[in-house]
Amino acid sequence: MKINTNPFGILKSLPALFLAAAMMVAGTSAQAEDIKVGFVYVGPVGDHGWTYRHDQGRLAVEKELGVATTFVESVAEGADSERVIRNLATTGHGLIFTTSFGYMNPTLKVAEQFPDVKFEHATGYKRADNLSTYSARFYEGRTVLGTIAGHMSKTGVVGYIASFPIPEVVRGINAFILAMRKVNPDAVVKVVWVNSWYDPGKEGDAAKALIDQGADIITQHTDSPAPLQVAEQRGVYAFGQASDMSAFAPTAQLTAIINDWNPYYVSRVKALMEGTWESQDVWSGIKTGMVEFAPYGDAVPAEARAAADAVREGIVNGTLHSFDGPINNQAGEQVIGEGETLDDGVLLGMDWYVEGVQGELGGQ
Amino acid sequence: MFVSLVKRPERSQWMVYLSPVIALAMTLVSGIILFQLMGVESGKALYAFFVEPITHKYGWAELGVKATPLILIGVALSVGFRANVWNIGAEGQLTLGAICGGGVALFFYGVDSVFVLPLMMVGGILGGMMWAAIPAFLRTRFNANEILTSLMLTYVATLLLSVLVHGPWRDPDGFNFPESRIFSDSATLPVIWAGTRLHLGWIITIAVVAAVWVLMSKTIVGFQVKVVGQAPLAGRHAGFSVNRVIWFSLLLGGAMAGLAGLFEVSGPIGQLLPVISPGYGFTAIIVAFVGRLHPVGVFFAGLLLALSYLGGESAQITMNLPLAVTGVFQGMLLFFLLACDVLIAYQFRLNMTRGAKYG
Repeated sequence: MKINTNPFGILKSLPALFLAAAMMVAGTSAQAEDIKVGFVYVGPVGDHGWTYRHDQGRLAVEKELGVATTFVESVAEGADSERVIRNLATTGHGLIFTTSFGYMNPTLKVAEQFPDVKFEHATGYKRADNLSTYSARFYEGRTVLGTIAGHMSKTGVVGYIASFPIPEVVRGINAFILAMRKVNPDAVVKVVWVNSWYDPGKEGDAAKALIDQGADIITQHTDSPAPLQVAEQRGVYAFGQASDMSAFAPTAQLTAIINDWNPYYVSRVKALMEGTWESQDVWSGIKTGMVEFAPYGDAVPAEARAAADAVREGIVNGTLHSFDGPINNQAGEQVIGEGETLDDGVLLGMDWYVEGVQGELGGQ
Repeated sequence: MFVSLVKRPERSQWMVYLSPVIALAMTLVSGIILFQLMGVESGKALYAFFVEPITHKYGWAELGVKATPLILIGVALSVGFRANVWNIGAEGQLTLGAICGGGVALFFYGVDSVFVLPLMMVGGILGGMMWAAIPAFLRTRFNANEILTSLMLTYVATLLLSVLVHGPWRDPDGFNFPESRIFSDSATLPVIWAGTRLHLGWIITIAVVAAVWVLMSKTIVGFQVKVVGQAPLAGRHAGFSVNRVIWFSLLLGGAMAGLAGLFEVSGPIGQLLPVISPGYGFTAIIVAFVGRLHPVGVFFAGLLLALSYLGGESAQITMNLPLAVTGVFQGMLLFFLLACDVLIAYQFRLNMTRGAKYG
């Protein structure tokens, strides 16, 4: 289900390819066979979540541009990542995507040593002339999920399986409950931190615990389909994470946020081939197609579908923002009033809960 | 059981030295079969695994960087294993070393003094010892199994580090991401080979290997450790304190694991992160056994394991082999190494008659 406002969509059309080919012949750009692109993954390509979607992007680059790619999977975010990134830089990779926050400082270090190689780091904030950053506004997707949950939860309790208390994850929780409470003002979300991005065992256990505490919808900011499988068994609903997980929970999945890096990766590799690659900071969402959705599950009633579609449309055409006021914090104190919106600076460093989130935010 | 393992009356001296060679040969042969089955050129794949990582200076240095924590912890753990003290929680002691040593670095953030680094090392060692002292106390006082207590404390340590980097030690300029500040230069281990990441920790590790060798082969402490491990009753008769050996083994393991943790954060990482080790404390247990609990053996086992990790990365980069193949290949290597060792000390015996359990 593609949104037709996707500006990268044009890449898929034949004329663009002919144009690119013509430019190559003209010698203004690198040949596809001269370019190798490297990817560093934090998890296994078969995680069905975060890494899987990045790898789909890599495959799209191979398919659409005929460029050779290399990936290294399950690279630990400590001392090892710098060596892996450096090894990619020394083995002829002209552009290297490092796809996890923990690779930020290692990527920067290697980028300083290899000024002729281009680097792109996902979800970080450190940039250089040859180091771009990119991320998606996944919180926009959470707003859509929250809207559906508001319409569908009978208990008004949603279980949220979270990875690490970083701004990215806190932002998602807040966006979700803000949207849900617009539909059901008494709704609450219970959060369980599993301290991992990918741990099917822990994620599944967390889902069970949350259901036992009254949650009739499960959502997650971790990468395995285990919580959906639990939801399917226990007869509650759930949302897929990062990719369409309906295969694991055909009845339970209401929809899923899909991270679609394909157009972005193709456009950046193409820019490199054409010599137009420049360091930049990209943070885009539903509008550009970086955040997509799986088809609605059969259980989603027409009313919820219409509401969710309206929210998506509002976000795309700018009439709605996930963090429009009034917003109260967890203690019930007003943070912003009617007519105001939290800005990107606040969102990037978000380390507080909004009203309706139960539990304490770790490490405060 | 129709087949049982029986201890050989005498080990063949030849075989003791040949065993690793045989294991390596068997790994190569099975590797070739595996790669052929996958349709991969086996010569190229083996080259990517064993040779390519060390075809350049940076690769050799990385071998040292990767092997440093494995050898440092493995050599200390091997002392405890000889005494039948099973410290499985080196990973937690490593984490505490990183916390305490890294805490010193953050406390002296921006202070340019030559005393910062030695203080951090002391902090790392004390942190690891403190964490290992808990299972030592529980074992000697309440006879609680140290395998369980030391292992469980690993999870506590990881969560403690997580709390610190998510909270009080978070980089104030870091958009609330869970990372500490990057350590000052005075708190970063000096690189001993320009243009690489090989740091002072490597030299200290080699010194520790030599020291443990002397300890185990030339001193009364080493003798006590061995006697208590092999024959606790005889040890008691000789007046050796089992409890002292337990304390000594655990504290030594904790100290070196803590130091290894400090080396990681003040060396290649340069800051505190929520997770600082990809399981070095656990891998070091394998290193200790592959090295047959001998300091020199542990040294080479550490290098071999490190090479297999680098080889796995290089096989992914140059051969596009998936990580799972790397895992299978590493598993075969370890399996053959340990199996060959077992068959040197033991032999198979076929039991044709049932009920001959005591025969």
